[in-house]
Amino acid sequence: MSPSRTETSLLWLLRALAAIAGAITLLIVVFLLVEAWPALRSPGFTHFLSDEAWFPSSSTPQFNIAPMVAGTVAATLGAMLLATPLGIAAALFCRFYAPPALASGFRRLLELLAGIPSVVYGFWGLVVLTPLIRQWAPPGQSLLAAVLILSLMILPTIALLSETALRSIPRSYLQGAAALGLSRWRTISGVALPAARCGIASAIMLAAGRAIGETMAVLMVAGNIVQVPDSIFAPVRTLTANIALELGYAMGGHRAALFVSGLMLLVLIVVLVTLSDWIMREEIHG
Amino acid sequence: MIKKILKACCVVAISLLLVGCSGEQQEGAAADGLIGQLIVTGSSTIAPLAGEIAKRFEQEHPGTRIDVQSGGSSRGIADVRRGTADIGMVSRQLNPDEIDLVAYPIARDGVAVILHRDNPLQALSEDQIVAIYTGSVTRWSEIGGADAPITVVNKAEGRSTLELFLSHFKLRNEDIRPSVIIGDNQQGIRTVAADPNAIGYVSIGTAAFEVTRGTPIKALPMDAVEATLESVRNGSFPLSRPLHLVTLPEAGAGAGAARAESAALIQAFIEYAASSQVDDLTEAQYFVPLAH
Amino acid sequence: MAEKTTRVVSGGFLPPARRGTDWPDRIATVLMWAVALLITAVFVWIVGDLVLQGLPHLSWEYLSAGPEDAGRGGGIAPILVSTLLILAVCMAVSIPLGLGTAVLLSEFGRRNQFFGRLVRYSLDVLAGVPSIVFGLFGNAFFSITLGMGFSILSGGLTLSCMVLPLLIRSTESALRAVPDDYRRAAAALGLPVFTALWRILLPAATPGLIAGLVLGIGRALAETAALLFTSGYVDRMPGSLLDSGRALSIHIYDLAMNVPGGESNAYASAVVLIGLLLVINALTFRAADRWLHQGITPV
Repeated sequence: MSPSRTETSLLWLLRALAAIAGAITLLIVVFLLVEAWPALRSPGFTHFLSDEAWFPSSSTPQFNIAPMVAGTVAATLGAMLLATPLGIAAALFCRFYAPPALASGFRRLLELLAGIPSVVYGFWGLVVLTPLIRQWAPPGQSLLAAVLILSLMILPTIALLSETALRSIPRSYLQGAAALGLSRWRTISGVALPAARCGIASAIMLAAGRAIGETMAVLMVAGNIVQVPDSIFAPVRTLTANIALELGYAMGGHRAALFVSGLMLLVLIVVLVTLSDWIMREEIHG
Repeated sequence: MIKKILKACCVVAISLLLVGCSGEQQEGAAADGLIGQLIVTGSSTIAPLAGEIAKRFEQEHPGTRIDVQSGGSSRGIADVRRGTADIGMVSRQLNPDEIDLVAYPIARDGVAVILHRDNPLQALSEDQIVAIYTGSVTRWSEIGGADAPITVVNKAEGRSTLELFLSHFKLRNEDIRPSVIIGDNQQGIRTVAADPNAIGYVSIGTAAFEVTRGTPIKALPMDAVEATLESVRNGSFPLSRPLHLVTLPEAGAGAGAARAESAALIQAFIEYAASSQVDDLTEAQYFVPLAH
Repeated sequence: MAEKTTRVVSGGFLPPARRGTDWPDRIATVLMWAVALLITAVFVWIVGDLVLQGLPHLSWEYLSAGPEDAGRGGGIAPILVSTLLILAVCMAVSIPLGLGTAVLLSEFGRRNQFFGRLVRYSLDVLAGVPSIVFGLFGNAFFSITLGMGFSILSGGLTLSCMVLPLLIRSTESALRAVPDDYRRAAAALGLPVFTALWRILLPAATPGLIAGLVLGIGRALAETAALLFTSGYVDRMPGSLLDSGRALSIHIYDLAMNVPGGESNAYASAVVLIGLLLVINALTFRAADRWLHQGITPV
């Protein structure tokens, strides 16, 4: 099959489109680097990990962002641990358990959940959720609240994309399972989930990105104290909340320091992506 | 079908672009010679007020357009310096390194310490407030309240209410031991309203308004002065801040007729925003108009 | 209509429920229903709360008038228009860009391995960039560097950067899931690659495409931080794409966080946003469904 002229030009068009898509990330990285540069030069990057605390605009400024990295990681991990099983279960429910009419209704509901603005989630969390948590463990605005709200926000992504992945499993696989007389659960665990694992993995990746990057809702429920959380009831500040809280009023070095937390966030994402890339390839080749 | 959709998308996009490019020319000439567009950016506290002022200004001066954008005081300063905005909104005094800009006060705002309505304490001395915020008092029972831990609500670094609070109580942000850090005013009110053991500080007008509509909070008097808009107006309330519009001093000094035109517009808008003609708007946003 | 889509593509297949003693199967069934119930309950809690508080303030005037008194009074007509324009710009840019990239990644991946991996990698990173960074970037790049100012155009373009990873990833994985038989059959028929793509592969990948689109639309409509610095805060009726226009989500944010006494209208606007989402999603399904039936994929 030798490519024709139109095919070649199509290919180049597609390459150009993909290059634009890829270039956006590069532009954002460059933008962050430029904005963060003054802080990286002085006081220098090591200060961001070795200073005692985070007081960027005091007379003796301190720039430790390590607790916020911990806060981001804790909130994201918590949300992933909670939302992944729930999301996949919701997808399985849609695909294999619910009667068709119910499944379609349930999908509509997930789509709506995906479109509720983060400020509404945050407001709901602040007014309804944190007072509930406060009755157990004050002040209520806590890592736990952040994890719960984040799970709620990324659940639709995991559920909807996993459901599409499950839906595109070739029919013959499922017919084969039926012919073997496998039960519903065995069909799911032995045939459907393994066959859809790539799609589900990319759903989880997208959701993880969303969880790391979410700003407004977390800011409203997490309590925003810069500390390494010692329990799930402790208030934490994430890197994104740090930017959103302080950027509007930050000048000079403080502002640049906030962009360093943006860069740090990108580093976290790159680590995550590399890790998942590696796991996926092990999976395929192993 | 998708081809059709794509085509439609392209057509829509292109035609919108064309409309967009031609949209600029519909401004009619104004009787008073004021014409053109201003961009105002900055403090999210002032933005709703500035938006209302801009609407009224536009009505009185057809041919002008005032676009108000939000995003924080420092954004206002940065945008004016960079020239991406004509006027900045700054909800605090200018810092010593910001003397390259001229600030015009347009209103005042007070900051009140608030508690939950069910908290039995009716007033706190300054020393008690300092003790609570620095963490030397951590339970209400230590100062005659209920036997419960205090939820100390503080504002995020850089916020002007925080700076006002710190400078009044002669505190450093490093000394404060907060339980919760918040951003916007309303978040502070929600947090205190939801937690009977919380203490926080918010804009006075907002607090007074929320009390009248039944939100379970109360504003504490400061130095025995009631926390009301009235005491901010007569200057007796100790914690108050000006709300500013800032511009470059040479606005208008630049060459060219267009420059001079926009300088006249900037000046006219700032004067209008500081005049008694907008006092009702200022009060409607729960701020204190200037004494004229 | 969406249900039809489901069946057509992979055949609604339900293994029969087992009677009797297969414990894992029964436990799994109970668990699935429990999860679905839990999610529905939380959804009803949140949306019920919104609707209860917001519905009393909704009226035709609310939808057709401009905002007054910083949004406490009046309506949201200009804000609705701006929201739709921003969404239109976002989709007009991200759909072709997303489809093209997804096709390249899945169909020509073998010939572009390194390039493909690079693009995929950068998209995964892009998916995690926080919305506020998108906002600042959009402001620096589209508004200032490209000179678009605070405008619906720069807001829509910023949003399209945000939803791109969602669109591409879901379309790509749907394309990959199309059985190779389809490609071989198309090749055997001597169909040009382009036709095969248009008539066979993309229609077969519709469910993934829709999922990505719906998620992208939801994300775009719900976005606040990315728009604050790009499309802006002005609540006037936009005259063109170069005007600044406030999106519904920003209006909700401002009313809830900045304007004392704005909550009831914030709730009302949130109800409108959800209604809007329902309508747009339904239209998306209808369009996708029609496209599906134009394809020559076996049904």
